[in-house]
Amino acid sequence: MALADFFKKKNSGDVAKDRLKFVLVSDRANCSPEVMEKIKNDIINVISKYMEIDAEGLDIQITQTESENNNGSVPALYANIPIKELHHSSGR
Amino acid sequence: MSEVIVITSGKGGVGKTTTTANVGTGLAQLNKKVVLIDTDIGLRNLDVVMGLENRIVYNLVDVVEGNCRIKQALIKDKKYPDLALLPSAQTRDKTSVTPEQMKKLTDELREEFDYILLDCPAGIEQGFQNAIAGADRALVVTTPEVSAIRDADRIIGLLEAHEIKQTQLIVNRLRMDMVKRGDMMTVDDVCEILAIKLIGVVPDDEQIVISTNQGEPLVGTDAMAGRAYANICKRLLGEEVPFLDLDKKENVFTKLASLFK
Repeated sequence: MALADFFKKKNSGDVAKDRLKFVLVSDRANCSPEVMEKIKNDIINVISKYMEIDAEGLDIQITQTESENNNGSVPALYANIPIKELHHSSGR
Repeated sequence: MSEVIVITSGKGGVGKTTTTANVGTGLAQLNKKVVLIDTDIGLRNLDVVMGLENRIVYNLVDVVEGNCRIKQALIKDKKYPDLALLPSAQTRDKTSVTPEQMKKLTDELREEFDYILLDCPAGIEQGFQNAIAGADRALVVTTPEVSAIRDADRIIGLLEAHEIKQTQLIVNRLRMDMVKRGDMMTVDDVCEILAIKLIGVVPDDEQIVISTNQGEPLVGTDAMAGRAYANICKRLLGEEVPFLDLDKKENVFTKLASLFK
């Protein structure tokens, strides 16, 4: 029964591991908040050429993701960019 | 060929000094000539853990400044004649010694000793830079806690940047009862996160507190932590002490832990 509980609940050991993985990715990337802000602004500038985006709602972060060709995980830049309106040029 | 090994962790209080004392004593038990250097200037500790605090005449800073010869400052261990301690200075600060001076000192000690172990201070400032300056190899000590592991990760990065050839991990104060409950990260979790080679796992053992109280390292005794340190020493010498043993040991640890409940 103890074993069943073990798989059901997210126990504090797993919470610790997940939190660590997350914090170490940004530690290792050595990305200061200023650099992240610059990247964010550049992304806004580029994407805005093609579509209207919600700059306020844009969220970027460096996370860990499963690598496609092997079983390890690799750092990835994750960006969530809400689109307000696609420009008409897309219908050309 | 002699080897200079730095014992480091980043975070304080995870067991660097205890590890240095036990690994050093363990290597002496394997008939190696060993010198332990306490590089934590201003916060001297290795001498009390070794039980040699009453014999200090000269210290690391005296040697570096040329106030005495190295031999005069080395304190011979009570039990093992081939084990010596170079104590730190208590009344000076970290800037009293430079990395260049430390490297020169360790190089001189290579002529006489098989193993030169450096007990590194916590932090990543000058004390750390001093301790790693002459090192060939590093043992990174961590406990299975987020703060210790995060700091260990930073230290591993800095060791890589300094081109320390070999960096290995000691997971200290593991509590198998908590791991079994899922309330402590497993050794595998820690190794996966830090991605360096494991050289030993030391269980949380109240015998360590008792041995520190008495100023006598635990290695060589039958206590679980003592055995773990003895295994680390064998692995340092290149002996293959299978990690398969670890599972067995962990089972015994759990039983032990349940006895204390």
